[in-house]
Amino acid sequence: MDIPLLDRRLLFVTGKGGVGKTSVASALALLGARQGKRTLVCEVDAKGNLADFYGVGPLEFAPTEVQPNLYAMAMNTEESLREYLKLQLKLPLLARLGPVAKMFDFVATAAPGVKEILTVGKIAYEVRERNYDLVVVDASASGHVVGQLASPVALGELISVGVVQAQTAWMIDLLKDPATTGVVVVATPEEMPVNETLELVGRLGTETEIDLAAVVANRVLPELFGRAEQELFDELATAVRGADQPVAQPKVASGSGATTLAGLDGVVEAAELAVGLRRSRVPHLKRLRAGLPEGVPLLNLPMLFIRTHGTRATHAIAGLLEDELV
Amino acid sequence: MAGSSIRNLASGREILISAGSGGVGKTTTAAAVATMAAATLGLKVLVITVDPARRLANAMGLEQFGNVESRVPDEAFQGAGVRPTGELWAAMLDTKESWDDLVRRHAPDAQTRDAILANPLYANISSRFVQSHDYVAMERLYEIHSSGRYDLIVVDTPPTRNALDFLDAPQRMADFFSSRLLRWLIAPSRSRVLTFASKPFYTVADRILGSQFLQDIAEFFILFQTMYDGFVERSEAVSRLLASDDTSFIVVSTLEVSPAREAKYFLAELNKRNYDVGALVLNKTLPSTLTDQASTVTAHDLVEHGAERAEPLGEALGLEQDRQALLGRMLPELGENFLRFQLVAGREAEERDRLAVGAGTVASVPYFTEDITDIAGLVRLGKRLWDENPA
Repeated sequence: MDIPLLDRRLLFVTGKGGVGKTSVASALALLGARQGKRTLVCEVDAKGNLADFYGVGPLEFAPTEVQPNLYAMAMNTEESLREYLKLQLKLPLLARLGPVAKMFDFVATAAPGVKEILTVGKIAYEVRERNYDLVVVDASASGHVVGQLASPVALGELISVGVVQAQTAWMIDLLKDPATTGVVVVATPEEMPVNETLELVGRLGTETEIDLAAVVANRVLPELFGRAEQELFDELATAVRGADQPVAQPKVASGSGATTLAGLDGVVEAAELAVGLRRSRVPHLKRLRAGLPEGVPLLNLPMLFIRTHGTRATHAIAGLLEDELV
Repeated sequence: MAGSSIRNLASGREILISAGSGGVGKTTTAAAVATMAAATLGLKVLVITVDPARRLANAMGLEQFGNVESRVPDEAFQGAGVRPTGELWAAMLDTKESWDDLVRRHAPDAQTRDAILANPLYANISSRFVQSHDYVAMERLYEIHSSGRYDLIVVDTPPTRNALDFLDAPQRMADFFSSRLLRWLIAPSRSRVLTFASKPFYTVADRILGSQFLQDIAEFFILFQTMYDGFVERSEAVSRLLASDDTSFIVVSTLEVSPAREAKYFLAELNKRNYDVGALVLNKTLPSTLTDQASTVTAHDLVEHGAERAEPLGEALGLEQDRQALLGRMLPELGENFLRFQLVAGREAEERDRLAVGAGTVASVPYFTEDITDIAGLVRLGKRLWDENPA
């Protein structure tokens, strides 16, 4: 264990829907690129969100350079199959035949694990060939990711002969080597995301041999007050509520309500919101920390207020991650 | 849609489908609407949920019952100070079990049924087949609806990669079972006509997958083929039901960028398909006081002159010298905190305006700082939804 996160060459980033999985994946990849690694980031679920985090147009199967040193691609199992046929089986002609790919897509839909293996296989191939120093995968959400990561094993068991069988062996070796591959799980300190994260951490341990590299607690709210400040704030809040509201009071030139208790109501309400939100999240954050296996780093990312999307936010998150990884 | 409300939707429709991207409160919204309908409208209501939080599942008695519909006892409403006028039932969707039920219903005879259930590929396909979960959710909905056991069914949709998948699942399932390729694949090998297109396919398939595996797949589909008519018929019926006047959609979202974008796309797609969008529920919204002009001026003032303002305020509070100094240090931070949240609130207000186009009722639900873990919490949330004025 204790392998620095960015020293690995393949990172799968997952988490419950809506927790900021893609923003963490895009920032990790950017951080790798900023540190001088030739980096590939791959979006697996065709939602098309990853492109937004670099402010570029839709991503394609062929990687494009979105930032210096950083290449981005969107997974497409049909293209992956074509590439595989061309590279591995030396079947360029067949790969060009439309119906073949279409039929394969059909079999892939019907046969368990085929789509997953085409996804994982393409990614593992890029790592094996050392085409990049670091490959970051914006993987499926926690519900699907175990199936994806376990697909080489599952398929290897199901298909006992053929090319696939031979191909799954090296993939399994690459995936289970902690110096190479790791999973990063993103959670927000709320009930369901923490439940799902802990469940996933358990399943990764029992159903796969892939190393859990780190857990990211996203959108952590800062503590607004210490104890003495909280007491004083509570007094202030009570007094503000009790104060006469300046209903028809004309606004003075300075316009500020900061000189009267009543004028502070909006500001006090915002502080109560911040305190309440933080307080509701603290137990979940504790539960997350307590539930993680020993040695797994928990990285904290604060709630972003200014920009949550786009290139600017991705750079900001990359910087925050860098601080956490020191 | 003027005059519409979620209360009216629950009164008038037989099926409400709660949809949206992951993590926006779909499950809780569905449970809250069902709870309110049972509590106040006197209806016999079923909520079908997919993946409820454990404590909520416990509160609704789902831990023990799972896939089976079970009644939430009236006593569970006591904490909310409510005596339900109707009945609240709940069921959780278990994909594997539902598929097994489906096979039992559609299989032509006991022998085929057992052969399918015992097939090693079946277990894999029923739990991992793309859209298998979505299909089963819609199928189950149809089955329960046509049984006439409930006045209202509220459905929480599965967390899909694409929120639309479940809408297309019935059609896709029908296409799948009627495809030419499937027929070719399961035809006896001798009668297979090796056309120009199929010959290379078989060669390559054999080389990559091995003929044994192909054989396994074929056998599985031969068995499944016997249920073909039942599946296609059902799929079409489900599609009709979704588009009928009995059904309405409640689109759930937060006002964060990604979920809102997905909700917008989802609203457009529903409208395009002529499905009825009865309501848009916006969760975790910030209070409107955050965009209040006077408070904004105050906040800016505190950031700049917090230390000075501590004097008159400290006096009004009757503070000692040292605590007044503490207040002086706190006030700029209070101002900054307000401005941080105001920025988010402003962004959300803009997002809300963009989303509200195309939905009937728009209901906003504030950030609850406590998790909803019991019927009382659902009633509290439900009241917010009920009493919200139409947009």
